[in-house]
Amino acid sequence: MTRRDALRIAMPWLVIAVLLIVWELACIFFDLPEILLPRPSRVFVVFWQRLDILLAFCWDTLWTSLAGFLLAIAGGLLLGVAIGASAFVYSGLYPLLIAFNAVPKVALVPILMIWAGVGALPAVITAFVISFFPIVVNVATGLATIEPEMRDVLRSLGASRTQILVKVGIPRAMPYLFASLKVAITLAFIGSVISETVGGNRGIGFLMLSAGARNDTATTFAGLFAIAIMGVLMYAACALVEKRMTRWAFRGEIVG
Amino acid sequence: MAFVELRGASLTYALGKETTLALADATLSIEKGEFVAVVGPSGCGKSTIMKLVTGLLPATAGDVQVDGQKVRTPIKGVGMAFQNPTLMPWRTTLDNVLLPMEVVQPHRSRFRRHRAEYVERAMKLLGTVGLADFALKFPWQLSGGMQQRSNLCRALIHEPELLMLDEPFGALDAFTREEMWGVMQALWLERRFTGILVTHDLREAVYLADTVYVMSRRPGRIVMTKRIDIPRPRTLATTFEPHFVELVHELRDRIQQEHD
Repeated sequence: MTRRDALRIAMPWLVIAVLLIVWELACIFFDLPEILLPRPSRVFVVFWQRLDILLAFCWDTLWTSLAGFLLAIAGGLLLGVAIGASAFVYSGLYPLLIAFNAVPKVALVPILMIWAGVGALPAVITAFVISFFPIVVNVATGLATIEPEMRDVLRSLGASRTQILVKVGIPRAMPYLFASLKVAITLAFIGSVISETVGGNRGIGFLMLSAGARNDTATTFAGLFAIAIMGVLMYAACALVEKRMTRWAFRGEIVG
Repeated sequence: MAFVELRGASLTYALGKETTLALADATLSIEKGEFVAVVGPSGCGKSTIMKLVTGLLPATAGDVQVDGQKVRTPIKGVGMAFQNPTLMPWRTTLDNVLLPMEVVQPHRSRFRRHRAEYVERAMKLLGTVGLADFALKFPWQLSGGMQQRSNLCRALIHEPELLMLDEPFGALDAFTREEMWGVMQALWLERRFTGILVTHDLREAVYLADTVYVMSRRPGRIVMTKRIDIPRPRTLATTFEPHFVELVHELRDRIQQEHD
């Protein structure tokens, strides 16, 4: 590995370090009160002191997000295949989906709470509805963009629509699916945290809200850091799965 | 009766209120085991003939018959190869070649249990086009010529009676293309399928075909039918013989008239 490569790998860490230092110095220089903006060093101290609470609440947020995310994969895959494979399903459902996606998901949480009460269930459902859309759209796009010649080759062999779907459509849609998972997992986190913030009794969103109400800004920021770390880790996990599963879609990198 | 019969076949595309006559009143008959080429100016409806014969598009007028059966819906088990190799990037070359076996009966129901037998068959075919060592590579790891050879193998593995070639060598460089003519001819001499080749390249048409059909400008009509009486196997040296050159010129002159 050359020095250039090493530098490239170190770059994100360097940028984070510089950001935190600038933040720290700005707090000292402008003499900002902690309630307004705590210094990063202070946030880290609080993070460490409250690690047990943070971990417990992180776990709540993590599992509700993942549950919603898994439901979104299952539902998104099914609906995406249906929309991508049939022009009728497409014209019937697509406008509805777009309308549904335009609804701010925050507005759904109070309704969900009426139906499901306070707790984990509204968080799971919010994570599901918010991360569902990109999966459907991507899977449908993958299916709808099969090359016409590929279709002709299979049709002239006598393949049925189902066979074309299984042999070409679904494998072809896989890179699109995995690309959408990276987007969907971060959305699922947003969904869970929104639900916890609007009306929850657990999770990082709830922790931040109650810490904010106590003017404990440092803890609020510690919660923020915790969400960000979880988000990055889950994104990385999805990106790794993507590379493993659809090696052929990254062909340039392997051959080159 | 001939294996493939077109009688007054026409095709009109309708796009909204506009209609385009792509192919007008095509009449031709192809014997079993004959290799024909269809040439003509671009956009003359050459590819339309292929779509009609395979039933991918139904004729809007006239009659299309293959093996004594009227063609209305896609007929089964035809081999097809296009200019774009359309190999599946997620399958190895071998698995790409085996694709028809997973679709065409009776192979489809036997495939799982007799996989080894089919793999052997595919490897043999890949061997005849010089790709035995590349069977486990992915298509994107192959050169353009190799991809097109795998494409031909996929079109032939199930031993179709009818092979449709739509400018299969059009995207290749001149040397590779001439090499592919040899590969194609060898496969045909061995298996004697009925072949329909659509091409721009008149030398390619004369090299490979028994009969060359020349089409007019759109709406395409068949304006000339030329028997190619050069004995096989033809080689690259053949392409420089006076008779070969003469035939190519004759075809070129006829097509040139279409441009005037």
